[in-house]
Formats: sequence, C-alpha cells, structure tokens
Amino acid sequence: MTATPTIGTETEKNYLNHQHGLKSWLLTEDHKRIALLYLLSITFFFFLGGLMAVLIRLELATPAGDLVESNTYNKLFTMHGVLMIFFFLIPSIPAVLGNFLIPLMIGAKDLAFPKINLLSWYIYILGGIFTVYVLIVGGVDTGWTFYTPLSTSYSNGYVIATGLGIFIAGFSSILTGLNFIVTVHRMRAPGMTWFRLPLFVWAHYATSLIQILGTPVVAVTLFLLVLERGFHIGFFDPAYGGDPVLYQHLFWFYSHPAVYIMILPSMGVVSEVISTFTQKKPFGYTFIAFSSVAIAVFGFLVWGHHLYVSSQSAYAGMVFSLLSYIVAIPSAIKVFNWTTTMYKGSVRMTTPMLYALGFIGLFTIGGLTGLFLASLGMDVHLTDTYFVVAHFHYVMVGGAVMGYLAGIHFWWPKMFGRMYPESWSRLSAIIIFLGFNLTFFPQFLLGYMGMPRRYHVYPPEFQVFNVLSSAGASVLGFGFVIPFVYLTWSLFYGEKAPANPWGATGLEWTTQSPPTYDNFAVTPVVTQEAYQYSTEEVAHVG
Amino acid sequence: MSNPSHQSVETHDEHHVVPVSVYIGVFLALIVLTVVTAWVATVDLGAFNFAVAIGIALFKASLVILYFMHVKYSDRLTKMVIGTGLFTLVLLLFITMTDIWTRTWMGVPGR
Amino acid sequence: MASTAAVPTFLKHHFESADQQKGASGIGMWLFLVTEIMFFGGLFLAYFVYRQAYPAAFASASSKLNLPLGAANTVVLICSSLTMAMAVHSAALGKQKLIIFYLIATLFLGGAFLGVKAYEYHDKWEHHEIPGENFDCETCADPGHAPLFFSLYFAMTGLHAMHMIIGVFIIFFLIQQAAKGAYTAKWSTPVEMFGLYWHFVDIVWIFLFPLLYLIDRVPGK
Repeated sequence: MTATPTIGTETEKNYLNHQHGLKSWLLTEDHKRIALLYLLSITFFFFLGGLMAVLIRLELATPAGDLVESNTYNKLFTMHGVLMIFFFLIPSIPAVLGNFLIPLMIGAKDLAFPKINLLSWYIYILGGIFTVYVLIVGGVDTGWTFYTPLSTSYSNGYVIATGLGIFIAGFSSILTGLNFIVTVHRMRAPGMTWFRLPLFVWAHYATSLIQILGTPVVAVTLFLLVLERGFHIGFFDPAYGGDPVLYQHLFWFYSHPAVYIMILPSMGVVSEVISTFTQKKPFGYTFIAFSSVAIAVFGFLVWGHHLYVSSQSAYAGMVFSLLSYIVAIPSAIKVFNWTTTMYKGSVRMTTPMLYALGFIGLFTIGGLTGLFLASLGMDVHLTDTYFVVAHFHYVMVGGAVMGYLAGIHFWWPKMFGRMYPESWSRLSAIIIFLGFNLTFFPQFLLGYMGMPRRYHVYPPEFQVFNVLSSAGASVLGFGFVIPFVYLTWSLFYGEKAPANPWGATGLEWTTQSPPTYDNFAVTPVVTQEAYQYSTEEVAHVG
Repeated sequence: MSNPSHQSVETHDEHHVVPVSVYIGVFLALIVLTVVTAWVATVDLGAFNFAVAIGIALFKASLVILYFMHVKYSDRLTKMVIGTGLFTLVLLLFITMTDIWTRTWMGVPGR
Repeated sequence: MASTAAVPTFLKHHFESADQQKGASGIGMWLFLVTEIMFFGGLFLAYFVYRQAYPAAFASASSKLNLPLGAANTVVLICSSLTMAMAVHSAALGKQKLIIFYLIATLFLGGAFLGVKAYEYHDKWEHHEIPGENFDCETCADPGHAPLFFSLYFAMTGLHAMHMIIGVFIIFFLIQQAAKGAYTAKWSTPVEMFGLYWHFVDIVWIFLFPLLYLIDRVPGK
C-alpha cells in the first residue's frame, strides 16, 4: 500500500496522495491511513496464522503423527489460535473497516482522538512483535486459553512473552473501542441522530462496549499469570490453595464476549450489504440496532458455559446454560430481519452479497450448534471434541471472516478508488464457501463420534473425515489467496471507481472515492433516516 | 456550519465551579471516615466487620466521585458511563461468587 | 483544517467547537477509568474468592501489615486528592500560580505515599513475608495459605503504586506546562483529566486499605 496509486491522469487530491513518503504514513493521524496500516498488519498475521492451520491439517491427513511431533503440534495449534484471535479476528473489522468508515458514516472529519488511534496501532504492533518473537524462539504449547496450572507450572513454552504480547495487544483493542464510543457520542454531524445511524455504527458501538468492559479483565488475568509463572507465587496454583477455576472464570469473562467482538462487526457489515444489494431499508431497523446491544450485554452473562466440566458448581452451570440460550434471541432477530429484508427486494448477487449470504447460512449453523454446547448434558459429551472446533470455526470463520471479506469487497472501491474484477471475486467467494464447508462440516461429525481436539494422532476409523477436512482446507487456503492477488492487482490496474458504485445510501458514499483528507468538503447535514432507497415505495406498492 | 449539532443539546456542564468550602468539607469527612473505619475494625462485630468496612469504603468512594471528580455536576452521559462500569464490575464479582457459594451444595468430595 | 482568526489555538482540526472537544475528552477519560475499574476488578474478585476460602489465613496474615503506616498513608492520599481538586479548581479560575502550587503539593504527597509504601515493602522483605522460596511466616495461622494473601497484597498495592508512579511522572509534565502558562480559564483539560485519574487512584486505595489492613484488628480475639 506504500505505492500510492494516483487516480488516472488527474491529480485529484485524496487521502492517499495528500502527503507522500513513509514518514507521512507512520506518523499519520488520519483514521483512513491508520485503517490501511491495520489492514496491512492484520493481513500479515492472517496468513501467518493460516500457515499454522495448513501444517495442522497436513499433519491430520493421516492417523499417525508423521509430520510433526506432539510437542510441535501443540505449539502449532496454540500459535494458530493466538495469532488468529488476538491479532487477526479481534482487530479485523473494527480496526480496519470501523476505523475507516465510522467517521465517514457519521459525517465527521476524524475519530475523536486521532493520536490515540495511531498509538493503538503501535501498541498492536508491539504486541505482535512479542508474538512473532515467541514464534521464532520456539513457540508456546498451552493452547490459546493458557489454562493454569499447565501454563504456570508445567509448560516449557514461552508463556510469559506470549502473555505479555496479548496483554499489550489488549490495550490497542481498548483504545480503539474507547475512540469509537467517544466518536459516536460526540462527533456526529448535525441531524445525525442515534436512529439515523447506519447499523454498521450500531454494531461497532456494541462491540466497543465489550472491548472497554471485557478486555481489562483478561489483561489483569494475564498479568497475574505472568507473575505466577515468573515468580512462582500462588494466585491460581493449587499448591498454595489457589483455584484454577478462578483463572477460567476471569479468562472467559473476557474471552466469551470476545467472540461477540469478532461477530458483531460482521453483523454490521452484513446489514449494510444486504440493504444495499436489495435496495431496501433493513426490515426492523431498531430491532437490528438493539439486538447488537443486547448481544453485547448478554455476552457478559454466559461465560460459565465454558466451565461445565471444570469443578464449577453444577447450579451455576444450570444458570449459565439458561442464560446462554438467551443469546440466541437477538442473534435470531438479526437473521430473520436480514432474510425478511431480501423478501421482494431487487437482489443483486454481487461479491459482497455472496459473502453476506454465506455469512447468514454459516452463522446460523454455527449459532445453532452453539445451543448444543450450551446445554449441560450435551456439552459433557462434546467438550474438547472436534464438534467444538467445528462450532467456533463456523462462527469465527464462517461468520466473522465472511463478514470481513464482504466488507472489504463492499468498501474496497471507497477505500482505494479502484474496482476489482467481479468475475474473479465471485469465483473466489464460491470457492471459499465450498472449501470452508468441506473443511469444517466433517469436523462436526468427527466430534460427535468422539474425536478429541488438540491431538496429532487419532484412530484410523476417523481418517475419512479428516482427509475430507484437509482437502477442504487446501481449497479454502487457495480461495483466500485469490482475493489477495486480485485486490492487490486492482490497486494498480483496476478500473477507476465512482463515488457510489453500488447505488448505496450512507454518507460515506457521498464523498469521492477515495475520500479527501478531511472526508467532506463541508460538514454534511442529515435530514432523513438511513437507507432511504428510492425503490422502497415501489417495493411497498408491489 | 458548525453548530446546531446534537452535542450542544446535551448541556456539558464542566464549567460549574464548586466552592472551596465543599472540597474542605468532603476532605474532612474522608479523614473522619478513615479514623472511623480503622477504629470500628477493633470492635468485634462478627461478620458485620466486613460489611461495615465495605460500606464505609463505598461511602468514601462516592464522596470522591461526586465532589472531587465533579460527577454530581456532570452530564447524564458521564453518569451512564460510570454506571455501566460499576454494573459490569458487579456482574463479574457476583456471578463468579455464586459459583463459589454453591459449589459445596452437591456434596461432591473435594469441592 | 482551515484555521481562521476566531478559532482558538487549542482546538484540533477535526472538532467543530471547543465544547465538543472538551466533551470528548471528558467521556474518553471516564471510559478509560471504566477500563481501570474492570482491571482492578479482576484482582478484587481473586481477593474475595480467596478470603472466602481461607478466612483464618487472611485474618492472621493481614494483621502482619503495619496498620499505623497504612492509616497514615490513607490520610496522605486523601490530602493529595484535596490538593489535586484544588489544582483543578485553580485551573478553572485561571489562577496560574496556584495551579503550580497545588500540583507541587500533590507531587510531594504522592511521593510521600510511595516512600512509605517502599518502607513497608522493605519491612516485608526483612520479615520473609514475600511469597516465594524465602517465604516464612511461623506466626501466621494456616501458613500454607498465607502466601495467597501476600501475593494478592503485593499484586494489588503494587499495581496501585504503579499507577501512582505514572501519575507522578504526569504531574512533572503538568507542572512544566503550567509554568509556561499553558493552562488558562478557557482551556485546562489536561489538568482536569489528570485530576480524574488521580482521584481514581485514591479511590482504589480507599478500598485496599480496609480490605488488606483491617481484616482482623479486634484485640485479644
């Protein structure tokens, strides 16, 4: 992204050619440029984490442990989890698309605290350096959950450095969330009332709440973990009467809501995409908006469903089980509303729309299998099996990553002023969808049959499904490389994008593509609700 | 172009100047309560020692938040932010403690 | 971007008005303090869980702490909160010299607190009451679980002291800026925001003092 593509032969001023040179990027306070810094870095971590996944699937192609030893395998899945969750999924949509779009969508010149926004990127990079250091010197083998006492007393991996890396990256996430909340409260353009906000902004507001309220708890938990491992003092160590289940409580108090940090922004993207490509106002705007907030709130009440098979009280488990089911309500509201929005709309099957439809289907499967895991008895059978692995990949990859790709394709013309080749992008969307299902659906079956997660060897009778899964992973991996290639290509050779290529509403489409440094020549004044499509009346009459 | 935006509707009253006498009063109350909390700890109230200590600490904290931190004179949004934070803290403490409190109910040896 | 003569120098380009900028800072600071509440909240949870599990160990280990010093430090910190509130008050009135005076007073009191804390830590070191290999507390009830109390004591007061140290550095910066006359009746946001931070640190101590020092102080019990 360092080569700033100039648009055609014109010397139209935009945020990309506003200033030149590496320094103007590394010291930028422009939310749009910081978004691109994030885009570059999370793409790096995505492919790094993907590399681990490739090695895991290669190892699991055969029942015997013939590619890597068990210890290396432990490190592979741990690093895969750490990289993908803390360095790709959590910052993905908020730090890239949210950063770029929230000021544009609410008619502001920038986020409330541009310097803090830049600082959050540097903090993220510092956390990333710790993690890459761990990767180079030998990795960590505890699983991304760092359960004690394995992580504090027995692991011989680099737990402290990894813990510090995540601790540091957490502050980047906190600062992004803080910035968004203040921005939405204080920076809205005249007339941009709360119920005129795009649903993307509502989703990010809810996400930011979780980032603010949850992340500090995992930070202090990792702080205690690092102290305990470093100085051999007891916080969670049963040798001193410490309670390892307390660690799990503290960890999941953040890490369960963290799943909603990953999925809520995707839901925001899907709301925008579906509305645009059906040319209709989303059905039940207020319901979708409030269901985002409801998911954020309920998300803090359900963490104990990760602890059913620990020594957590069975009574607490029952309450957590009940509360976990409640999350299904706001999630289902969204799915039904998106579906209803499409009804009698003029649906266009563009690339972002394909990803959004993929999201709805895969998220529904991921969400419904989550209900299996929320029920106490069922979970005892399924805990730590591939059923769990399949479930959260349906939510995180089938949900969050699909939403991320939908958003990247939807706003790419706005971000860079270039169109990508539509036929290639549709093809890759289909390849990713098929590859994803081939990878992870067999894992539901494997898990149900009893194959445990986190082992590099397995009984031969599980091989058929594992081979299918590994085959799917190679299709999926190939699918992810295609967008990387054509999107990079489009930066230099893509067709010039108009200000509003999709015929979408929303303030971000009223500026030029790519936007100017100040976003808007004059501060826009909002006079109507979001998503006022002209075909709306027609749809109602028809 | 600048104004009649949403923000100016939410009156932002940080300009409120609190008289020095209020600060002095709060300060004296905090000192007195510190002495009281240290003294009351030497009186055997059984389980209530803990409740009294927490109660006094909560009261002292409220004084600092309301007067030294000007929340009494702040807008509704500030109060909502603080309320949200405290509510989530209570969720963390209370929900986890319900696990701790009910673990022995099953009569399973070891826990 | 375009700055006209009417625009005050402290107004950043992306804000429409000084009020908007001030409001953003206030909410931003409070949101930051909410993250601090949750950060310390995790520690308080650990404290409550273990105090519930091992009441005897906590009561007896708590009585090893130096109560007079802890109480004195509480008073010192409350005094520093008063001087900080006065610094913010002076800033709002634009009394430049008083801002500096009260900031220096706050700095002095904060330093005193940290000095006393350092002495207490040293004392614990001398008495082998620091968890780890040299831990040795023969007079503790339930000595097997006493290290849990001291681990929490050091984690909680240590993190609190870390916040104080960061605060002291920021006060140095504020004094330097105040000496340059940077804070006026119209704009003193950094002093105001730092005041919130300093009071928050005080509040944490208001809870730490009874929870750590005052568990079992009934004589002859």
